[in-house]
Amino acid sequence: MSNKKGRFGVHGGQYIPETLMNAVIELEEAYNFYKNDPEFNRELTELFNEYAGRPSRLYYAEKLTKTLGGAKIYLKREDLNHTGSHKINNVLGQALLAKKMSKTRLIAETGAGQHGVATATAAALMNMECVVFMGEEDTKRQALNVYRMELLGAKVVPVKSGTATLKDAVSEAMREWTSRIEDTHYCLGSVMGPHPFPTIVRDFQSVISKEIKAQILEKEHRLPDAVIACVGGGSNAMGSFYNFIEDKDVRLIGCEAAGRGIDTFETAATVNTGRLGIFHGMKSYFCQDKFGQIAPVYSISAGLDYPGIGPEHAYLHDIGRAEYVPVTDDEAVNAFEFLSRTEGIIPAIESAHAVAHAMKIAPQMDKDKIIVITISGRGDKDCAAIARYRGVEIYE
Amino acid sequence: MSNIRKAFENGKAFIPFITCGYPDLETTGKVVRAAVENGADIIELGIPFSDPTAEGPVIQKANIRALEGGVTTDKIFDFVRELRRDVKIPLVFMTYANVVFSYGTEKFIKTCSEIGIDGIIIPELPFEEKDEFEPTCDKYGVDLISLIAPTSDKRIATIAKNSKGFIYVVSSLGVTGTRSEITTDIGSIVKVIRENTDIPCAVGFGISTPAQAQKMASLSDGAIVGSAIIKIIEKNPENSAKAVGEYVKSMKNAL
Repeated sequence: MSNKKGRFGVHGGQYIPETLMNAVIELEEAYNFYKNDPEFNRELTELFNEYAGRPSRLYYAEKLTKTLGGAKIYLKREDLNHTGSHKINNVLGQALLAKKMSKTRLIAETGAGQHGVATATAAALMNMECVVFMGEEDTKRQALNVYRMELLGAKVVPVKSGTATLKDAVSEAMREWTSRIEDTHYCLGSVMGPHPFPTIVRDFQSVISKEIKAQILEKEHRLPDAVIACVGGGSNAMGSFYNFIEDKDVRLIGCEAAGRGIDTFETAATVNTGRLGIFHGMKSYFCQDKFGQIAPVYSISAGLDYPGIGPEHAYLHDIGRAEYVPVTDDEAVNAFEFLSRTEGIIPAIESAHAVAHAMKIAPQMDKDKIIVITISGRGDKDCAAIARYRGVEIYE
Repeated sequence: MSNIRKAFENGKAFIPFITCGYPDLETTGKVVRAAVENGADIIELGIPFSDPTAEGPVIQKANIRALEGGVTTDKIFDFVRELRRDVKIPLVFMTYANVVFSYGTEKFIKTCSEIGIDGIIIPELPFEEKDEFEPTCDKYGVDLISLIAPTSDKRIATIAKNSKGFIYVVSSLGVTGTRSEITTDIGSIVKVIRENTDIPCAVGFGISTPAQAQKMASLSDGAIVGSAIIKIIEKNPENSAKAVGEYVKSMKNAL
């Protein structure tokens, strides 16, 4: 699907400064070697299983299923991983790769803080220095995660430029990487950016769909009818979709953050409101104005508050293999509360976008149909923000 | 021979960078003319972008200020048309890939050619992605300028052989902005360039003083200065053209 230069249809590529080219070429060569190296794969599997707690559960949400009264719903519990989200899958892979490449320092961007926490965790485990760039706005929305990263020994740099959110954190991490390449690996957190990142991150996250497939075959002796996941850059969704792409009967549904609605300017629904562009190293869909200036996006979810989408998702959209649907703040908050009450599982507000869409379609589906929702992270980090959304003034 | 190459025949070239519309296009027009009168050989005109990932804080701020002031690609095209009534030296645009792509690559580059833009610099367009814009640039006779970085190493020869107009040698790692010291071995990079092409090369990133410019130009064919000029505009809101003119004169004299 991707050629030598990391293209997915027209999307992808390597639109980065010349200064970084040898670094990404070196990364690509190292990855191509280690992905087939038995020792690397043994070490990574051991980290996944013994450290991160994989495989994550595929849980039959019986109460949720009965309450909605339609399709049978399973939850892929990435929230139960160490550090509380799917981000650890990619980070353990990249940190191990960086270690093999003799890098001693990891830098990362973070939105909600989940990727930053995961990177800080891997850096602590593997004795690496760690610097995390986080939009200043997000350091306020997710203050607890800032503390958590510092506790793990990372330095958190609040980014004040632009809209002071995830896209600015990515820009700042890229700037930092151009200034220090020799000892530093940029541990990019999603299936985005220049080649080879979209491929590397997808491969490390594809453990999610590999497990779903084995688990659902064991429990139901057949594949699901739909797999639903939230999409910002799109790493948990790509991981959840990847091993089902060739199974054409499995609907793949990505849930974008619509913010206050796709008919408003306060949205982050890239496929639904954006158009083709070139930014952050890749050609893909971006929210932008008519002159190509990147739009200041908005979502209640710091992790989905990004104006672009990974190039492979853009391609899956183009060929009609995956659907990308908008979910508003209101719908996501309702789903956040609904899943908490019906199943006793507090999902990340990001994952709640996927739950919200399942709440819309499950009742319309027959009872013998099966939906898998990826719960990409746990929602403890979001409780104070959701309380405030509901008018309860609590702070962490 | 392209106009850009001719600009290097008059001794070492001095190339100031100016963000269009910072703080407004009227000021940009005065600053450009002052730079031309005081010896600039080529002017690099920045079309602002919302997220300039190759820029340090000074030019980032200028980009945001210019956009807040309402500058757009169309207004900058009109501005260049007006500038071209009396400004004869080569003009090159410096902007980001999405500004060109989103406008419509063909329409953007055709317009550049019509209004008298001689070249385009796109900092996030490495050799591997040149095909995005180069065929269209060739069609309309606009030079797509190649960049070579301190990390380019074995890539230098390939990039040099396929370059147009001039080669932009990035002096240091990191983003744009003034530096107290440039430690890259520019001489060695230029030597490899010279072995592979007779296209001139100019050094940019981090240069602010006449001594730095003199040193960098002595190792190459010219010096490019951006952040230092933006700072002068910022510090002299009342008479930025005069201040930039004096600065350009001191820099050109030092080369």
